[in-house]
Amino acid sequence: MILGFTIAQVAVAGLGALLCLVLGLVGRVPNDLTMGAVALVEVLLVAQLVTALVAPAVGNTAEGSLLEYYTYLISALLVPPAAAFWALVDRSRWATVILGAGCLTVAIMVYRMQQIWGA
Amino acid sequence: MSSPSSAPVRGTPHPRLSGSGRALIAVYAVLALAATGRSFVQIVSKFDEAPLAYTLSALSAVVYIVATIALVKRARVWHTIAWVTISFELAGVLVIGTLSLVEAAWFPHDTVWSVFGRGYLFIPLVLPVLGMIWLRSQSRAKESE
Repeated sequence: MILGFTIAQVAVAGLGALLCLVLGLVGRVPNDLTMGAVALVEVLLVAQLVTALVAPAVGNTAEGSLLEYYTYLISALLVPPAAAFWALVDRSRWATVILGAGCLTVAIMVYRMQQIWGA
Repeated sequence: MSSPSSAPVRGTPHPRLSGSGRALIAVYAVLALAATGRSFVQIVSKFDEAPLAYTLSALSAVVYIVATIALVKRARVWHTIAWVTISFELAGVLVIGTLSLVEAAWFPHDTVWSVFGRGYLFIPLVLPVLGMIWLRSQSRAKESE
């Protein structure tokens, strides 16, 4: 993993979580902005996957368990699509809150992934 | 995260499903994902070290997945399944939580239920209780229709 990228990713997911939670709690249904934030979080996770696959080849190897790392990464990749699917089925303010909760989950999981990689 | 895929797509969203009900389902889904991921890692990498604890982890993961689906589904049979799985979780966290304190030697490796779910912020202890309260309020709402 690249520390700078991880920090950026946690920041984006954290801001996305804040945005969706606030907009959800003031009563907004999912819109392009909140769905876009969740999409961005997912794109960064895919980039993280590519980085993780390439990193060992250029000397950036994991010190912790790769099995654990990839279990976190694959699980995290499932979260934004699941939250977005929820938002498509259930168009209520609570779906926006769920989008925020999904972003927050990803932020925590990415933080944990950095710990595992560098452990 | 099987909950959204099993949500009723035909027509109306849950008219009576409150914010708390939705939050409950979301937390169940996240716990199901966490328990599944963790038990997968445990079983693949070190099953031999603690077959009992890790089999229990896998079992609890499956139960959380089923409970999540059961909370989303509307049919009466799923209501019963929700009761069964959530009761099983509560029994599991109480029995395993107590045993892990009283007979620590039996559980040298953590399960999702060890020390009443300490590794998961005690969510496994609180969640079944909230789930039961919610299920009961659902039945009452149905009866009053």
